[in-house]
Amino acid sequence: MNAKAQSLELLSSIRQKLRDLLRRSQAPSGTGELPERSGSSAFWVMVQKELGDHIRSWRFTILIGIIVLACIGSIYSSLTAIRDNGTGQGAGDSFLFLKMFTLSSSSLSIPTFTTFLSWLGPLIGIALGFDAVNSERNKGTLGRLMSQPIYRDDFLKAKFAASLILIAIVVFALGLLVTGLGLLTMGYPPTPEEFWRILFFLIIAVVYIGFWLNLSILFSIRFRQAATSALSGIAVWLFLTLFYSMIINLIGSATAVPDTAAVSEQLRHANFILTLNRLSPSELFAETITTMLSPGVRSLGPLTMDQLVGAISAPLPLGQSVLLIWPQLTGLLAETVLCFGISYYLFMRQEIRSRN
Amino acid sequence: MAENVIELSGLTKQYGGFTAVNGLTLTIAKGEVFGLLGPNGAGKTTTILMMLGLTERTSGSARICGFDPARSALQVKRRVGYMPDDIGFYEDRTGLDNLMYTARLNGLAPAEARRSAEALLEKVGLASSGKSKVATYSRGMRQRLGLADVLIKNPEVIILDEPTLGIDPEGVRELLALISDLSRNEGITVLLSSHQLQQVQQICDRVGLFVRGNLIACGDIAALSRELNQELRVEVELAAQPWSEGLAARLQALEGVLALDTAEWKADNAPAGSLLATLTCERNLTSQIASEVIGSGAELHYIRRKEPGLDEIYHRYFEKREDGA
Repeated sequence: MNAKAQSLELLSSIRQKLRDLLRRSQAPSGTGELPERSGSSAFWVMVQKELGDHIRSWRFTILIGIIVLACIGSIYSSLTAIRDNGTGQGAGDSFLFLKMFTLSSSSLSIPTFTTFLSWLGPLIGIALGFDAVNSERNKGTLGRLMSQPIYRDDFLKAKFAASLILIAIVVFALGLLVTGLGLLTMGYPPTPEEFWRILFFLIIAVVYIGFWLNLSILFSIRFRQAATSALSGIAVWLFLTLFYSMIINLIGSATAVPDTAAVSEQLRHANFILTLNRLSPSELFAETITTMLSPGVRSLGPLTMDQLVGAISAPLPLGQSVLLIWPQLTGLLAETVLCFGISYYLFMRQEIRSRN
Repeated sequence: MAENVIELSGLTKQYGGFTAVNGLTLTIAKGEVFGLLGPNGAGKTTTILMMLGLTERTSGSARICGFDPARSALQVKRRVGYMPDDIGFYEDRTGLDNLMYTARLNGLAPAEARRSAEALLEKVGLASSGKSKVATYSRGMRQRLGLADVLIKNPEVIILDEPTLGIDPEGVRELLALISDLSRNEGITVLLSSHQLQQVQQICDRVGLFVRGNLIACGDIAALSRELNQELRVEVELAAQPWSEGLAARLQALEGVLALDTAEWKADNAPAGSLLATLTCERNLTSQIASEVIGSGAELHYIRRKEPGLDEIYHRYFEKREDGA
């Protein structure tokens, strides 16, 4: 409940800011009939309306409920684990705060915060986007909306922007809530680096959920029935999170090279499997957050013993961690942009007719 | 009045091999109420969508209020209010909210949007239900809300796609009165499409008959019937008392009378058992027929030359087309 109140508060402040921004952009041109201004202000009007719709919807309330519960559970679990283990971890006390996000108690069997986010995040994205366009079409509001002086792409962008703003608010509210909760229970403040890492992690989570949002918007354009598009979204989600890795394992064992093979050949095979794995956004997300939240991770690919010789076992600085995940982040963004591009293309070419 | 608000020339839309609209040329003057008539699937909605730039045309040109909808769709949409045939609203929002949203999309400030939305709700007779959710509205109320939605942007042209669909006769009468009122008092050009001819007949200055993508006739209703009468036969209805075989024979003997049908006369003031005769003539023989009846000594109760209504015009055009095909 606390999270919701906070997110609502945040939202209202953002709305206020948007309104100020709008007012400022309107002020100099007065009541003139500049076509550009009307276009851009219509965009924010749509974003406002979409945000309002989402926040009032039952769907959103239920999702927030689930996620807040999951969060509390995972925090409790990780705090128990930290308390049990004490400071007995290998790398000493360093980055204890980050462990709150990645550690889970072995006795409670509750997944970590990051696992929850990578599981439930796609669900938020799909839930917010699966009926974005087709419900408007089925209700007959699309034709009416399109006959207003707005650009067609503004409609799509507004749908996306409103949901993404909402997702960002939810993710940041949760992340900061967890941070605050940890601060209270552990009494151990995060170092600046830890704080930046958490912030980065949250931004990456928003991008990741943004990908699922975009995918579901794409489905909502492609399929006329909201149920079909929701099911397609969930199917892709299940496929990528559950079956994809199984299939990769299958391929891996089928193409496996013998242990006696040359190092270069073994490396090539390992890289091949890794590349296949990295087609999936969930894999990319998992790699990025592991790197972000466990500074000890220094490579995401296979390493030979030669490469490890002489390496000092110390955590990577933030800049190096970011550098390490840069390709993954780019891939994630590229997949998002690709989805948006396809949606855009489909929507611009679609006929606007009411209910058929 | 000479200013043309809508100018279409050679407008064509093809879907694959199927031609939905075929070389439509049409001009509509400012302040006119134009009815686009045609059966379902004639291409009316496609034409309207092309005029708004919501569908790309295959060829031809269109100018709405001086703008090309394919190039400056925003300029056109700012001046044209469009009510789709199956208008939808955000059901979980109030009527007022829905109107305000449209107003804000048209660039009105919130306070201004609220004011004009309230004024328009008053105008279309929804002032008391403005604060309730659209989900509770009846079909007729939705249609009136749709009209308010179209008017909130202060349009120069309003395009109504099947505005009377699914409303009861009283509702239709009110809606049409509202539309013609708008056109007369505020000089708004109205283009409405319909397949319900009788209703359109009441308020349209001109109509165009649109069948299978082709505009087969265009003009005011009188002109259309004149055009028809040149090539079609005149029908005269009469009721005379007493009706006799001799009279029938005399009438049929008149030069130019082609056929005579009799049926029971079912008017309110009809004497029991009297007959209604319908004569099909080559030209207008009403006065000759009347003098013939009176000359025969019978009482003439009723005589009328049948004016083809829109229904009939429509039907005949169809017949003609089917004969030609």
